[in-house]
Amino acid sequence: MSEHTLNIENQTGLLFDAAECIGCGNCYETCKKENNLPATNKDFLKDHLSDKTYTVVEEYSDTYARKMCMHCIEPACASVCPVGAFEKTEIGPVLYDEEKCIGCRYCMQACPHTIPRYEWGETSPGIKKCVLCYNRIKKGELTACAEACPVEATICGKLPELIAEAKRRIKENPGKYYQHIYGLEEAGGSNVLIISPVPFEQLGYSSKILKQSMPTYTMQAMEKIPTVVSVGGIFLTGMYWLTKRKNQVAREEHNAEEGK
Amino acid sequence: MLKKKFGRLTFWKGVSVLIVIIGLYSLYIRFTKGLGASTNLSDFVPWGLWIGIDFIGVGLAAAGFTIAATAHIFHNHKYESIARPAILSAYIGYMMVVALLIIDLGKPEHFYHPLFMWNIHSVMFEITWCVICYSTILTIEFAPVVLEKYKFTKLIKIVKKITPAVVIMGVLFSTLHQSSFGSLYLIAPAKVYPLWYSSFLPVHFFISCIAAGLSMIILSAYLSARAFNQGLNIRILSGLGKGVLAVLVIELIFKFSELFSTGNASLLFTSSSETIFFWLEIFLGFIVPIWILTNPKYKVNRTGLYFASIFTISGFILNRMNVCVTSLVRSSGESYVPSFEEVGITLFLILVSIIAFKLVVENFQVFPKEESLPEAVVLTKETETKNLIYNE
Repeated sequence: MSEHTLNIENQTGLLFDAAECIGCGNCYETCKKENNLPATNKDFLKDHLSDKTYTVVEEYSDTYARKMCMHCIEPACASVCPVGAFEKTEIGPVLYDEEKCIGCRYCMQACPHTIPRYEWGETSPGIKKCVLCYNRIKKGELTACAEACPVEATICGKLPELIAEAKRRIKENPGKYYQHIYGLEEAGGSNVLIISPVPFEQLGYSSKILKQSMPTYTMQAMEKIPTVVSVGGIFLTGMYWLTKRKNQVAREEHNAEEGK
Repeated sequence: MLKKKFGRLTFWKGVSVLIVIIGLYSLYIRFTKGLGASTNLSDFVPWGLWIGIDFIGVGLAAAGFTIAATAHIFHNHKYESIARPAILSAYIGYMMVVALLIIDLGKPEHFYHPLFMWNIHSVMFEITWCVICYSTILTIEFAPVVLEKYKFTKLIKIVKKITPAVVIMGVLFSTLHQSSFGSLYLIAPAKVYPLWYSSFLPVHFFISCIAAGLSMIILSAYLSARAFNQGLNIRILSGLGKGVLAVLVIELIFKFSELFSTGNASLLFTSSSETIFFWLEIFLGFIVPIWILTNPKYKVNRTGLYFASIFTISGFILNRMNVCVTSLVRSSGESYVPSFEEVGITLFLILVSIIAFKLVVENFQVFPKEESLPEAVVLTKETETKNLIYNE
């Protein structure tokens, strides 16, 4: 799995702080603009992720939660795609190439965060999701959502700095934060980190996601393939000769008996 | 009596015509309006009936490699006579699955991409290649049937020479992709309901497809006997029944011992719909056929074996639908019922498969001609040709 372990030092990510978020919806609006997406709902708080909405702000009794692609360090989508249409770039974003995609939708099934959305209305649909403003961060700029956030609830930066910042915030204000950084270990870790005043399942984040990176679940089975093929091949070839010889001997004995 | 037969035929013809019309209409909608308009799939239920049918089709076609291995690798001559119907049904099954997979792709125009764009970490990639390779192998395995009709003796000799190697590769490819259908779900431990999720999912898929494949042979032998007056010896059928029984018992013990060892056994006694579907699968697919196949009277009786195979297949179908639909309902938060078009296209492809099977059986020597005769006496031209093919 060594090719998956990219150097996280150079990777850009996001930290979302649900305790700071005021639910203004600037991130939602600017994301729509940045990605040329049409309006989908008059009330942004009631909108949901779709092929035309890459991030949402949800309201859970005075606390606001952002939902978007987590840009996993070892993305399930990239590992399951039969044609390699997903790529974990060196600077962080998980990108999708519609030119390669065959439309099997395994990425949607595999994503632990259930993020990829499909263009169900199209005759040749593709996957749509947040791209972590690849074109902006490539130039060293902030993501559009982080730039638009008035209160530093969404901040953009290098992953190690974000981890340090998240740790600092929850440590310095233990009363304000639930003591966990969502995304630090979930599904093997992601480039989007979330901290919150309440347990994460109360904000609609899945609490069932395990710490192991998703591709390892598949690798446990895939790595046995060479063994199955070699042992199986030897066994079957052996059985072929053995049973053939057995029948031959039986026939010879039978003939010999008849010859008497 | 004649009139009655005629009446039955027109009824089935009527149904077939109706299915063809519905199927063509559904295909038209699928390709002109897209997946969204023609299916009930959504962002939370990206896979539905069609994927389930793919699992079922490939699983039922498992008879192809099981019987080919029994006859040509383990040299169990008793089963040679069913190798051809088994390989034919597998071949048609795979063609149907490939067609349905392409229909199910969001971008069917890119269906050839896995040939050139590789991701060796993907189970789906592995399955694609195994299915391509195994379809080629089935073509070679079935080739003698076509070649002998047109008397291509030289070609038959070549095929005969490579048959053992081809069969061995066929068994390996089948083992890999039959189990890999289960591996597809390994990556979703938090989504698949624990009654079905297991790190041994590929092993479960592999074991259960053997029982289903063997049952499929019993069933098709029974139906063919009625339809074409070509059948199979009861000795072979009850031998297959024994095989089904052994596999069912192994899988049942494996399934339950795993549930108890992982601590998920308590889920067997809840009132959730998952629990009900699970027990239905166990009852239909294991308890009933095991009861029939251990009953001294039924296990050597054509009708008994026929019912045992129907129950085994039903349980198998339910298992695959449970894995790919029932087990995911809770985590997706959305229920799923297939659309008219999804059902229409499925029925259409099943009908085409049945017609294809019928046409091949009517025009080629698939079933042995003189099944009622004792083996030693059967030395007609057909068996001579076959001896030539299989060298046994």
